[in-house]
This record gives sequence, structure tokens and C-alpha cells, in this order.
Amino acid sequence: MGTAKTTAKKRTQSLPPKASDSEPAEERAKPERRATAETMATRQREISVSEFFTKNRHLLGFDNPAKALLTTVKEAVDNSLDACEEAGILPDIAVEIREVSEGRFRVAIEDNGPGIVKAQIPKIFAKLLYGSKFHRLKQSRGQQGIGISAAGLYGQLTTGKPVVIVSKTGKGKPGWKIELRIDTKRNQPDIVTEKSVQWDKDHGTRVEIELVAAYRGGRTGVEAYLEQTVVANPHLALTFTPPKGEMLSFPRVSHELPREAIEIKPHPHGVELGMLMHMLSDSPQKSVKQVLCDDFSRVSPAIADEICKLAGVSPRRDATAVVGDDLDRLHKALGTVKVMAPSASCVVPIGESLLIEGLKRRFKAEFYISSTRPPSVYRGNPFVVEVGLAYGGDLPSEESADVMRFANRVPLQYQPKACAISESIYDTNWKAYGLQQPKGALPVGPMAIVVHLASVWVPFTSEAKEAVAHYDDLMREMRLAVQECGRKLGAHLRARAKAESEQKRLNIFQRYIPEVAIAMGSILSRPPEGIREAFVAALPGFVKLSETSAAADGALEAESAPEPAKKAAKKRGKTPEPPPKKTPEKTPKKPQAGAKAKQLEIAYPKD
Amino acid sequence: MAVTKKTAAKPVATAADVKTLKKIEQLATESLKAVSKGDTPSIAIRQRTLSNVSFNTKKKIIELGDKTQSREFFNINMARKFMQTFLVANGCKTLIQEGKTISIRQMFYMTKHTLKGTNENTFEDQSESDPIIEDLEVGIDALREELHLFANRRGLVVGRLIVNDAGDEIDLAKMGRGGWGIPSICEDDSLKFVRNTAEFILLVEKQAIFHRLNEDRFWEKHKCIMMTSEGQAARGARRLLQRMSKELKIPIYVLVDNDPWGLYIYSVLKQGSINLAYESMRMAVPDIRFLGMSAFDYKKFGLTSAATIKLSKEDITRAEQMRAYPWFKDKKWQREIQGLLDNQFKMEVDALLTKSISFITEEYIPKKLADRDYLQ
Repeated sequence: MGTAKTTAKKRTQSLPPKASDSEPAEERAKPERRATAETMATRQREISVSEFFTKNRHLLGFDNPAKALLTTVKEAVDNSLDACEEAGILPDIAVEIREVSEGRFRVAIEDNGPGIVKAQIPKIFAKLLYGSKFHRLKQSRGQQGIGISAAGLYGQLTTGKPVVIVSKTGKGKPGWKIELRIDTKRNQPDIVTEKSVQWDKDHGTRVEIELVAAYRGGRTGVEAYLEQTVVANPHLALTFTPPKGEMLSFPRVSHELPREAIEIKPHPHGVELGMLMHMLSDSPQKSVKQVLCDDFSRVSPAIADEICKLAGVSPRRDATAVVGDDLDRLHKALGTVKVMAPSASCVVPIGESLLIEGLKRRFKAEFYISSTRPPSVYRGNPFVVEVGLAYGGDLPSEESADVMRFANRVPLQYQPKACAISESIYDTNWKAYGLQQPKGALPVGPMAIVVHLASVWVPFTSEAKEAVAHYDDLMREMRLAVQECGRKLGAHLRARAKAESEQKRLNIFQRYIPEVAIAMGSILSRPPEGIREAFVAALPGFVKLSETSAAADGALEAESAPEPAKKAAKKRGKTPEPPPKKTPEKTPKKPQAGAKAKQLEIAYPKD
Repeated sequence: MAVTKKTAAKPVATAADVKTLKKIEQLATESLKAVSKGDTPSIAIRQRTLSNVSFNTKKKIIELGDKTQSREFFNINMARKFMQTFLVANGCKTLIQEGKTISIRQMFYMTKHTLKGTNENTFEDQSESDPIIEDLEVGIDALREELHLFANRRGLVVGRLIVNDAGDEIDLAKMGRGGWGIPSICEDDSLKFVRNTAEFILLVEKQAIFHRLNEDRFWEKHKCIMMTSEGQAARGARRLLQRMSKELKIPIYVLVDNDPWGLYIYSVLKQGSINLAYESMRMAVPDIRFLGMSAFDYKKFGLTSAATIKLSKEDITRAEQMRAYPWFKDKKWQREIQGLLDNQFKMEVDALLTKSISFITEEYIPKKLADRDYLQ
């Protein structure tokens, strides 16, 4: 080893004639000094995040005009939703996109949120990496505090127009209209104009950004994003005015706000070494044990002792004094100690019934099912996976299933192939549930699948937040949830096939009864009506109609909407568009002989 | 038969008719009773399958077993047939009441119509209604003629016999070139044998051979009655044959092609068929003799390869099947079937013409008869 190393060194040294050992490695190949440390120091300065962004816009989802438009809408809507939920307000959001000139769009997103204090407006909208969400472990849509200001910056870079904000924080308070520019050098907001305005809203915020963009439809378009957002947010009322065509309206289907996510302390299994170092060094006057107990979730004094024992560090040791190997061992011990999973209260799933309500908003299907898994943990981060599935009805039967991926209620529209969520669907054997599935691909059939991952920290594969990383624990839970829905779908399809065959049997008997009655009547010299009635009366004993509708209990189970959703349905009367059709239950296709037959028709209107 | 023209007056039903009507009514009454109780109405029909026939070695006929199949209405596989059975039963009831008799083909037309609101017919074609008629016969234990039905007539007869058919005396020796068509119902109430001067009966499968023999006046020279079944024998021909066998008490010889189908035609005449096993008693002629063609005739008569046709796969399968039937278990039959399989060819009776046109009349049959070269 040693010899090998030295020979290698010799060889590299032999090439540059006057290389000195003390020089930095990269300079070795150069024959002459070009700059001194001092001259270089004059060029070394802080890089503004804004400047960084202008060069690396693709990292934040502004790689092309179409994606820039989507990202802008997305960041604004995500912020509105987060703000409304945090304030306890049922969100009403309006999205407008106007084409100002060829390739230039003006996007406006208006909400009924709590509004923003005037002094904060410039920083929130015109300073990158400024926000409330980065520093806490709490489930929210936004994570970084970079998105909306990046959108404003993109607009400014491409059109030169400032971002326009209107915000009002309460009744009787003034509304403020502020035009902002970002000073890209200093990453500081520049207020272009600010004035008090009258606003008929009690509170809320409106953001307007003009940008060079392209409006596209399809899976990655703005419309798809909004439609999916509506599925994952049943409590959201949304209107969307596209550049061309009519306004789309999605009335609220749930008047229940999602439970507020609770902020949690880091869990021992999920903490990074650097973070642990900070936590310890930030706690003077505290013992290691105290830090462990106070700053971590699920660490009792007994567990803290156990961690210290595992690490070979005294529990009474001054926290700031744990460095070097001790720190490494402590970190390792944290990862291996047996400790309760973090509290799931910090994770807020949509919920099985609301997920179905959400699906019903978008699809007129024949069967809906959902499954919310119990909370689980990956690397100390609690998470919940839930899956919703709509089948049949108006969904296209010849196409691959429509897969909608969500992370903390935010639709993921790009990179489906790279995403753990998609993989959980590819990996599932849909043939077992009665669907077609080409090898290693999506199932084919009239089906839409929603997979929602709710977590305090969603592990994305990149900062553009496009795909979920493949953690084993995540994958397992996703597969289980998908399989659970799949099984129920399979049961439904089998029950339906059975019901269809029962219907067929019924048809056969009904077809022949009159013939038999006429023949028998003629043989016995009796009117055929009585004979026919005798046969019809005996029918239920041989065609199991009531049982088949019971066999479809999967469907019935899924159909039963919870109380709040039903209330919501009643109140929907006021909304501009008629509410999407509830279940297709109330529209039996054709009358059938016998009440039993009707029952059958009701359960399976698609026949 | 005489009443067919008198449609206005209500015909007086015979005792047999009254009995048949009762059976039909009972069928309907029982079904109605069952359905009124919430049970599925059903008709018990003895199975007409190989598994439900047995060979009565004493009587040497095929008999129908007791295995019955319950034809239920509330069973999607049987509902249609159940309906059809009642349509036919009702049709027969009407025929009996009106004192008319029709062919099974007419019964098909009588009961065929389109079901309301569908594209489905009660019967799609006659091959669907014929078995239903047979089912009804078995189901209510009534003969076809008791149901006032008859099959399309088939078969010809000629020779030294005088019969009386429905009042007309017919000398079968004076039938010219065409021969007398065998009626589909040959019961003794309408068909009687008046005078017989024949010494045996010769039945040939093929009409063409029958005409060859008739042209050669074979029956005159050899003092016999000649018959052709025109393929598989119809009920009328079989019933007639049995009656001639019993009443005229003369031997009957059969000449069929040397192939599995020919053998089967002989077999049906001799001991009955699986499908009509319930009629064997009235139709089978157990002592009927198999004159030819035998697989061994090829050598015996010095026939050439011009007379042979290679056995097809179907022929071989069929021959193997027949070899397993209990009524072919006899050694001489096993030898005959084996001979056919060993030859690997079949021969049609017509092939005897390869020798000379009247070889069959002048040499083949007389020699076989003289040599008593037949199987029984």
C-alpha cells in the first residue's frame, strides 16, 4: 500500500517541473502563479440567492415557459392553502391566467386567507428563503420559503414587471396594494409603490405576477394541477379562469378543515449528525441527558440513560462538551436505541371518506374506495400513506389508470417514473384484482388512483419537489395501501360480475315465463295470468338479487359518506356550478319487473 | 287418419288419446304445483345417453336405464328446454284434441315463434325441436304416434308381399320401378299383412343398390321382400321390419357398406339405438342377419383395390368406439371390426360394380346366401 501510494505521488510530481509540495493540488499543473490569495480575496464575496436563482432557475421548477407558469400557480396556491389552514379559514381561492401578449401571461391568485401584515409583505414576496416553514418539523405544503418569491423573481427577470400584492388582514383594517421588485444583488425587496386600497373582502391576499410562459393542457398543465389539488383538498372552493375558455368552478365538498398539524421535536431515529451537533452546542448549561429529554420526541429519562450508555457518554456530561468520537457514538446510539415511534399527531391525512369525496368531485365513477394506513416512520419522520381509487363510470376503459400523486396534498406532476409512489402501483399485481396490466406497467382500465403521502418531511428526490424518494418504509406502506384498495376493487368487480350473471339469469327466466304460462294455461284450460304470477312469485327463490347487492358491500362501505360531507352536500346549493353528481345511485336506467330487480339495477347502473 | 278432414265436429277421442291427454295435463299440473310452493318446476326425463343404456343379453336389445334427468325451469341451462318441452306438449295436446296428426317438421313450425322483445326464437331449427319431442315421449311415457306425431317417412319396400294400408290393399310385387314408400307409422291398426310368399327379406342400406336389385328383379328370382332404409333406418322402417320378422317369421338379411357407419346401421336394426333405447322393444330385430359387406369379402370375391377407400381417422375412432360397445362384445363381431381395421380400407356396396354391373345380383348375394356366409 505504502509503496503504491508513494510511486503514484512521484509520478504526478514528476510531470510539472517546478511544482511545490505546499501548493494547492489544483494549482500543481500550472506552471506559474496567476493570482495571489490577496488578489483572489477581492473577488470572493457572498453569492446572492437571487443571483444563484437567475442562473439555476431549473432547480426550482422554472426550466421552461410551461413549467414556469405551473410552478407560479402552484407556489401561490400552496401558500394560500397553508395560510388558510393555519388560520383556521375554509379556503376560497380564485386563479386567473390572462394572456397579455404572445407568450406573456399575467397570473393572479386570490385567497380569503388571514392576510399578511404590511411590514412582512415585501420580505415574503421579494426575498428568497424567507418564511415560517423551514425551521419547524410540521406538515405543510411549502417547506423551503423559496417558491413564491422565486416566481416573482422569474416574472421580473422575464418581463421586468413587478409583483403586485394586495392584502388585508381583517374587517375595518385597510387593504394594502404593494408593487415589489427584488434586488437580485442583495436579495432584498424593493418597494416600487404602496398604497392603501378599498377591498370588499374582509381578509385575504391577492398576488399578481406577469411572466413569460406557455399555457398547456395535459398531465403537466395548470388545469391538471388544479383538478388534482381539488381532489386532495375537499375543503377547498376553487375557481379557475383559464386564458381561453370558460371559468371552471369547484365548489367545496367538505366544510371541515383538516386537523391542524402539530409541530414536533425531532425523533432520535431521524436526526442528522450535523443537527445533533447544533442541538448540543446550542445548549450550554444543560447535560446530555437534559438535551436528549427536552429536545427530542419520545425520549424519556430512562431512554436517555440507555442512549448515553450505548454511546459510552456520561448522561451528566455537559452537552457542549460532547464532540469528536463521543458525538459520533451518540449519534449512532440515537439511531439504534429502541424508542417509540413519533406521535402521529403531526401528520394529517385527508382521511378515507374525504378522499372519496375528493375523487367524486373529479370523476363520475361507479365505485370508490380508499384506505388510510396507520401512521408509520421513516428515518424518524412520521408519515401516513393513503390511497383512493375510483373505478368505472365515465373513466376511459381502454387507457392506463390515471395516477395522481400527492405529497402533503400537493399534486406531483413531473417525473412519474422516478417516483416511489408510481413504483408502488407498478409493483402491485393488478391482474389479481381483475384488471389488465402489461408487465411492469400501469394497470389498464377505467380507473383513477390517488396516492397521498403526508409527512412532516417528504423526502423528495430533488428540490423541484417532483418525485418521492424510495425509502423502504415508505414503499412498504404505499404498497400495502394500494393493495388494500386493490383487494376491495377486486371484490367489487367479482360481486359485479356475479350480479351481472344474476341479472342475466333473471332475464332468461323472465323471457321464458310468459311462454311457459301460455302453454301450461292452454294444457290446463286455465288463464295464463295466474300461472305467470305463480312463476314470477317463485323467482326470488332462484335469482339471488338481495344477496348480490350485499356482496358488493365493498362498494356500499365506500359509498357511505361521513356526516360532514353530507352537510357539505346540502350547503352546496349556493355555489355557482351544480355540485358534481353524488353517487349514481339515484339514476336507475330502466324500470325492471319486481322490486328485487330494481335493487339490483340500483347497485349496478352500468349493468 | 280418416278424421283429418272433419274439422268442424269435435272428434271422439280414443281411449289411448284420453290417456295421453291425462299424462300431458299431469305434467303441467305437477309443474304448477311445484312453482306455487316456491319450488322449481321440473320434468323427469330418462337420460338417453350411453351411460344410461344397457345391453340386455337375454333379449339382445339395448334398453334404457332408470337414470333420469330432472329438467328444471329455474336453471339457466334448462329453462329454455323446459319452455320448449311445454310448447311441444301443448302442441300435442291440441293435435290430440282435434284428432289430427302432423309430422315432426310441422310440429317445429307450429311451435316456432320469436320471443317477445327479443331476437330469440322458441326453436331455431328442427334439430332443436326433434330431441324435445323425443324427450316428451320419454318424459310422459307416450309413443310418438300417441302424441299424434310422425317422422318424415323414409325407406322403400318391394317384393312378394301383399299389405293392407289404411284400407287399401297393395301388392308389393307390383310397385314398378319405384317401390312402395314405407309409412312413418306402421302399427297394426292401420297396416296389415295380407299374404306373404317370400322366403326371406333383404334390406339394403342404399337406395341405389335397391334400384339395381329391383331392376334385376332379384326379389322375383329369389322369392323375397326387398327393402331399403335409405341410410340410417327411420322408425317406420324399423317398426315394419320387426313386425315382418315376428309375423311373417322369415329371416332378414342386411347388406350395408363395409365401414363403421354400415355396421352401426345394422347394429341399430338389430338391437336398437342409444337415442331411441326406450323404443327398442318395439323396433329391434335381434335375429337379423348381417350379410355384408364383410371385411373378408375383399379376398373371398377377389375384389381389387378399385373397390377400396382408405379408412379416415374418424372411421378408425368410430370403429374403436363400437368395438367397446357391449353389444359388439361377441367374438365374431370383434373379429369383423378388427378385420376392417386390419384392412385399413373400407368398401362400399357399390364397389361390387367394379366387377360387373349385375355382379351383386347374380353372384355376390346368391353366393353369400348359399354359403350361409353371414353374421348374426
